[in-house]
Amino acid sequence: VAPVVLVLSVLVLYPLARGVYLSFTNTTEANQNAETCIRSITGAEVCEPNPDAARFVGLETYTRVLTGEIGEFWHQFMITIIWTVSCVVFHYGIGLGLAVLLNRPMRLRGFYRVLLVLPWAVPTFVSAFAWRFLFRHEYGLINEMLRAIGLDPVAWFDNTWTSLSTAVVANIWLGVPFMMVALLGGLQTIPAELNEAATIDGASTWQRFLNVTLPGLRPVSMTVILLGTIWTFNMFPVIYLLTGGQPAGKTEILVTGAYRAAFEGIRNYSLAATYGVLILSILLVFSILYRRALRKQGEVW
Amino acid sequence: MTSVPVATATTDRAGVPRQAGVPARPSGSARKSGRRRPWPVSVALHATLIMASVIAVGPLVWVLLSSFKPSTWVNSSDLSLVKEPTLANYEYVLTQTNFLRWTLNSVIVAAFTMALGVFVAATAGYALSRFQFPGRRHLLLTFLVTQMFPGVILIVPVYVIMARLGLINTLPALVIANLTIAIPFCTWMLKGYFDSIPTELDEAAQLDGCGYFATFWRVVLPLARPGLAVTGFFTFLTAWGEVAYASAFIQTDSNFTLAYGLQQFVPRFNPLWHYLTASAVLITIPAALVYYVAQRHLVSGLTAGGTKG
Repeated sequence: VAPVVLVLSVLVLYPLARGVYLSFTNTTEANQNAETCIRSITGAEVCEPNPDAARFVGLETYTRVLTGEIGEFWHQFMITIIWTVSCVVFHYGIGLGLAVLLNRPMRLRGFYRVLLVLPWAVPTFVSAFAWRFLFRHEYGLINEMLRAIGLDPVAWFDNTWTSLSTAVVANIWLGVPFMMVALLGGLQTIPAELNEAATIDGASTWQRFLNVTLPGLRPVSMTVILLGTIWTFNMFPVIYLLTGGQPAGKTEILVTGAYRAAFEGIRNYSLAATYGVLILSILLVFSILYRRALRKQGEVW
Repeated sequence: MTSVPVATATTDRAGVPRQAGVPARPSGSARKSGRRRPWPVSVALHATLIMASVIAVGPLVWVLLSSFKPSTWVNSSDLSLVKEPTLANYEYVLTQTNFLRWTLNSVIVAAFTMALGVFVAATAGYALSRFQFPGRRHLLLTFLVTQMFPGVILIVPVYVIMARLGLINTLPALVIANLTIAIPFCTWMLKGYFDSIPTELDEAAQLDGCGYFATFWRVVLPLARPGLAVTGFFTFLTAWGEVAYASAFIQTDSNFTLAYGLQQFVPRFNPLWHYLTASAVLITIPAALVYYVAQRHLVSGLTAGGTKG
């Protein structure tokens, strides 16, 4: 057991602890060295302590981030919420709809299923590029189709909301198959007898859906919604590769914001670490509240 | 894989295991095969599904078709599906760029991440599943928490550590970075699998004279093979599609992975879309094939792994 724990601590716990520590300092690319070394003419190296070296600043970075003094935390937070909620709602809604449609005997069912799952089979970064290709301002398929029906082409990435909606569309496209397959699996665990009994009792299709299907899907739904929320919240590639934060960083979500803080311009490691801790706290609070809400409704897990 | 141990898609109420997505019986609908649905309903049903399929497949088909067009037609208002088909884009990507090198790099990174990740996670998962030791609960909790932040919080500290070790711009850095995400995830999933293997088997093996290691290696691991396969596959895919670390840690062309290399084709100014479409097709075809083979196991794995937490 001991070596395992050791490997794990080195690989996982150490970076984690280090990240939390960084968020309490003011480390940037410019001040990360504890010593400044100057090579003299003779080739000898003279080192002296760096007077501006990164130091422990406690919660200063946090207050500066949360008051908006550095970075754009609250704007990115808002964008992240809009992004997550719209994506998950559509993922679940469309996924459920398609799962219900596919969960009945009919011709070509297997064929539809294969086609509908296809977006999931494509690596995410390829999909992100594909959608950027489609949403190009000039010669993009979507703008050309708009032009073909007599509308003006849209400069998708020049406006915060159109830019964000391209990302939402792309992410819905690539997230629906997972929901569909998972919910289809859930639908098949609902005993057919329940539906038959409901039919005999005179329930309409809609009533059966509300009173048999939805409750039966509850366990699966709860899992996939939580998973989907966390995944979407952290969905780095779509935003990073598709909108790239255009226009002017306005469509950045928290994870891409943290990334840019860490790796663009003067690299602000402490800022990025602070973002990391804040993102983590948001997700933790969310999952705790989510579990509590479910437990209150009598779900035992 | 989640913090949510819930009843799952893979087991129905009677406890009969069933794979997600595999219609074991014509269930759900109360309609019996003898009764036919009225034709307008049928038409609407098929129309909806056809439209959804077109939306699902359309973007990919358009990329595929574009990849066979010369650049002048890729960058034009022309909407015809096939126009002067050519393999020139593929030829250029395969011979004039580092595409093959990037592919190799991606394979190396993904393969090593998978092998190391599954190995460490299997031992750790087994330890967590079978032994009581101080800090066990904390370790489990940390793993759960780690799953919520792919990369974001770890990327900076990992970068700083890598820089100190002089590993920036090398493939091992990417493997290690990917492992920080893969290991907690795999451990959690595999612990679930190990929990489902009765401890009586371990005890029997030990009575027969197996040590801890032999028990693990010869009794438990073979039984957990499906779990290992799913975990390994998922790790491979994650490492294969990883963008953030690859963009941050790698600086020279010959060390790029595909996820980063492709960005070179489409800078914000003067993007070379015709080459991008060709490489996208080259990447997607093998990935999609593998995916179809493994996909149904993946869903059940994802939703089931956390159940026994």
